[in-house]
Amino acid sequence: MPASDAASSAAGRPAAVSARGWGWRHAGRSTPAVQGLDLEISPGERVLLLGPSGAGKSTLLHALAGVLGGDDDDADESGTLLIDGAAPRGQRGRAGLMQQDPETQVVLSRLGDDVAFGAENLAVPREEIWKRVHEALDDVGLRSLAGVGLALDHPTSALSGGQKQRLALAGILAMRPGLILLDEPTANLDPAGVLEVRDAVARCLDKTGATLVVVEHRVSVWKDLVDRIVVLQPGSAAGSAGGTGTPGVLLDGPPDQVLEQARGMLMAAGVWVPGYVPATRVRTRAEEPAELLLAAQDLAVSRERARRRGFKTIPPVPVQSGITAQVRAGQALTITGPNGAGKSTFALTLAGLLAPVDGKVSAAVGLSDGAGIDPFAWKAEQLISRIGTVFQEPEHQFVTGRVLDELMFGPRHLGHGEERVDELLERLRLTHLVDANPYTLSGGEKRRLSVATVLAAHPKVLVLDEPTFGQDANTWAELASFLSELLDAGTSVVSVTHDEEFSAVLGGTELRLDPASRSGSRQEAGAA
Amino acid sequence: MRDALVLRGNHALLTRANPLAKFVAVFLITLVLALSIDWVSASTALVAELALFPLAGLTLRLLWQRGWPLIIAAALGGWSTAIVAADSGAVLLDVGIWSISEGSLELGLGFMLRGLAIALPAILLMSCTDPTDLADALAQKARLPHRFVLGTLAAMRLVGLMAEEWQTIGMARRARGVGSHGSPMQRLRATLGQSFGLLVQAIRRASRLAVTMEARGFGGRRRTWARESTYSLLDVWVLLGGVAIAAAAVLAAGWAGTWSFVF
Repeated sequence: MPASDAASSAAGRPAAVSARGWGWRHAGRSTPAVQGLDLEISPGERVLLLGPSGAGKSTLLHALAGVLGGDDDDADESGTLLIDGAAPRGQRGRAGLMQQDPETQVVLSRLGDDVAFGAENLAVPREEIWKRVHEALDDVGLRSLAGVGLALDHPTSALSGGQKQRLALAGILAMRPGLILLDEPTANLDPAGVLEVRDAVARCLDKTGATLVVVEHRVSVWKDLVDRIVVLQPGSAAGSAGGTGTPGVLLDGPPDQVLEQARGMLMAAGVWVPGYVPATRVRTRAEEPAELLLAAQDLAVSRERARRRGFKTIPPVPVQSGITAQVRAGQALTITGPNGAGKSTFALTLAGLLAPVDGKVSAAVGLSDGAGIDPFAWKAEQLISRIGTVFQEPEHQFVTGRVLDELMFGPRHLGHGEERVDELLERLRLTHLVDANPYTLSGGEKRRLSVATVLAAHPKVLVLDEPTFGQDANTWAELASFLSELLDAGTSVVSVTHDEEFSAVLGGTELRLDPASRSGSRQEAGAA
Repeated sequence: MRDALVLRGNHALLTRANPLAKFVAVFLITLVLALSIDWVSASTALVAELALFPLAGLTLRLLWQRGWPLIIAAALGGWSTAIVAADSGAVLLDVGIWSISEGSLELGLGFMLRGLAIALPAILLMSCTDPTDLADALAQKARLPHRFVLGTLAAMRLVGLMAEEWQTIGMARRARGVGSHGSPMQRLRATLGQSFGLLVQAIRRASRLAVTMEARGFGGRRRTWARESTYSLLDVWVLLGGVAIAAAAVLAAGWAGTWSFVF
């Protein structure tokens, strides 16, 4: 019997999951990602999966989605992992998977086509597909976008991050799966997007009764929606952290019970347990008058450059205009506002990385130090010792293949400051990683490294774009404390953030940007 | 994100034709024009193509905005052919080693017109065809393997994304002190580094997209199509139009006696 028929006969029925001594080693790795896992999930259960990074949570989700292995024979599977008593790979469409990066959850260019994609692959008849598409769009609340009614040919690229994730959910629902798998579905979204996606998931589960497994370290978001929390132990990673241990499940039970039992342990592992704000350093010199370093005057910003149309040059439409702000030594400036308001674009313009569309950015003498008034005109070497910018995605800024080289890069180019590197390594707990390849680090390590590399050039102004996005509580606390220390030492910190607790630690002033009022204003996706 | 893949606001007649019919018609015209280098066949085709513009929702302004690099390339190609081709007939202009004669001017003109006449149908096709519909037609009507067609379509979506990523990586690297200033060698190294960064991101994105597609059941042998690619009477006209333009070009050149095979 073809796999698709097996799936359609079971369509919509909640699925059961059973792992017995299951383990998986990825091709080319010496140690397994998961080992000896025993886990039973009954049909319709909603499970939140927690555990330190390296516990193999994503591996388990990928395996259940049937996308692990396949062609590479080098990978190793042990034990059994079954959905309704059969291997996941043979049951296409029985489980639906949503991943973290909204951009790669969209397959096709038109809204309706994208939702239909999964159902098409399962060979669902055409009339049935469109019935499901309408229903799924209804369920996730994308049926009427911007009040224009049903917009099946709405371009998917024009959706916000939260809308893209809801679209992905619709695509999953159109397959009528019995198991919905969410792999950090809201890690790249702003607070409004997080709730948007969570509520859509809740509605769909209530309607379909499907089984849910969600991996996410922000427990408070999912706590009320799930009826069981499973804490995984680091698989083979435990081997290096002291003995063989007993790999598999560490704790398992109703949310409140698990959170009570394991609160301390989860907090230590960096999980965002509800009601937990990690302790951070308190600022000591926040109130002192400070020197002006950088100013924005009536600034209009855009990521787009002027375009050529034949012989004509068309200036870009600014995403935000009329911004006036001041950056002072030892003081924090927090830029807030909803997606699409041009926060990142403003920060990048302030940091001398984008040319202003209108108005100007000017560096005071204390900052420019002979390099001229306009940061955008500075050479790269002049820029990094004056204004350092930490991008949202650390990988964008890696320029070498080794952690130590990465840190030495700035100082070597400038010809001074190499002695500072050791201190930074120590301070940001990267000393044991000096020889590692930056691309192979964990999320938190990458974030710490990207901050350290920029600071190695000793800039007077530090600009950070969503530095706490997707970070665990430990990295969060470290970063916030470190920045508070830098501020007190006289560095100026400009950050784009949705994180109120983070800006509370840094203090200083807030600049709130709201989307420009012109119609059809450009949406900035979650990962802007 | 900019997305060049969605055809919006164009409701001209030719947008309703089957992409495959349009593709075949364009192919016929291009094939015929590629066979001869004379100005009569090229200008006949060119005039006919320009007459079809309104049907594709194009205007001369839009053509210039979208196709100006091609138009300038065709003009330059014609100009240089006129200069370097062997002289025949009366010499019209002589500047040292360059000269333009009646014969070389005719050749250059033919070259330019032919370039335009070949480029124009392609622009015409792109401006009235949605890539998703083209993929549907290629897979359902031309029976190309759907894994290949849909894989390409999905990958093309990432191209627009990569253009933005390129800009971001450029800025991110400037913030690390890698500048676009310096000697040509330094600049080349900076560009290579940026390309590597983009390659890494492209591979990451592509593999995540592949997981998304596989998790939605992509890759099986049998699949249905939500959008049926159909032929209509319009497609017969499109094909006939293609044949007519190609035939008119050949006949006009034959009648004027200017037809000359490239081979």
